[in-house]
Amino acid sequence: MFDANVPVHGVITINGFELWITNTVVMGWVISAILIIFALIVRFKLKNFKERPTGFQNAVEMMVDAFEGFMKANGNPAIAWMGGWFFTLFTFILLANITGIFPGMRPPTADWPLPLALALTTFFFIQFSGIRYRGWKYVKGTYLNPHWLFLPVNLLGELSRPISLSFRMFGNILGGLILVTLMYQLTPFFARFVLPIPLHLIFDIAFGALQAFIFTVLSLTFVGLAAAES
Amino acid sequence: MQHPLAFVLAIAHIAAVIALLNGILTTMGQAKIAAAAIESIARQPEARGPIATNMFVGLAMAETSGIYGFVIAILILFARPLIGPFVDYLMIMPGM
Repeated sequence: MFDANVPVHGVITINGFELWITNTVVMGWVISAILIIFALIVRFKLKNFKERPTGFQNAVEMMVDAFEGFMKANGNPAIAWMGGWFFTLFTFILLANITGIFPGMRPPTADWPLPLALALTTFFFIQFSGIRYRGWKYVKGTYLNPHWLFLPVNLLGELSRPISLSFRMFGNILGGLILVTLMYQLTPFFARFVLPIPLHLIFDIAFGALQAFIFTVLSLTFVGLAAAES
Repeated sequence: MQHPLAFVLAIAHIAAVIALLNGILTTMGQAKIAAAAIESIARQPEARGPIATNMFVGLAMAETSGIYGFVIAILILFARPLIGPFVDYLMIMPGM
């Protein structure tokens, strides 16, 4: 049977406040460590980069070039300096979604708190860029739109954005996880290494990459719209 | 007589199925988006890249309501919000 509970590896108690080290937290640390180590490798190899790229340098430049073109095509030019954050968001979500291809591993995005945390960062970026680029006009145009009496309604509409962003990715990844797990239960033992492979390809790699892309594009669009002079 | 909790579980499964029924309309909306995108690509093949990007974003937006239904079904099946109040009710009822 599919187990809906996220495995808990340990509990740390600080002053009576319980901190649960769940599978999601551990996977998040592992993915962050992978990304940080990759970034350090790139940083140390940056000195040896040449005018004509070869091998490793080619791959790194291709990634950065692709994402810069993506930022130019989809984003407001005023927020181009936030590109690093969005690239980090994209790679983190992509790696997190793809961990589901290993049988027995649970993608950390199939647990609601992680997508919610990522979507809340997007929410704060929206407010930050709106207030930085448009100031009082942004607050007036978003929260006090026809009249200050509409403040609660506007606040609700603004808060529903991170919720819908996070639920979208959570539902997609959890649905894929449940389907793949049930498929493992259905197949007989000798076919267990062959039959679920197409499902892994669709639900973990294709949908995972699509969800990472959509999360990044929607965050970029929201932040760009908040910063746009209207 | 069967155990009263069995009735609650059966109702919960039916409720989950009803929550999943909104997939019908979600799928029809997504099919409309995809059809419109293919039409515009056929009319203007050089604009394929931006149209595909916008189509995926639109598909994700249309998918949201379906995902909400799915999340509600998962909550009803695995988090079981109906069981707790029912058990409390059984506790205070005499003769159960």
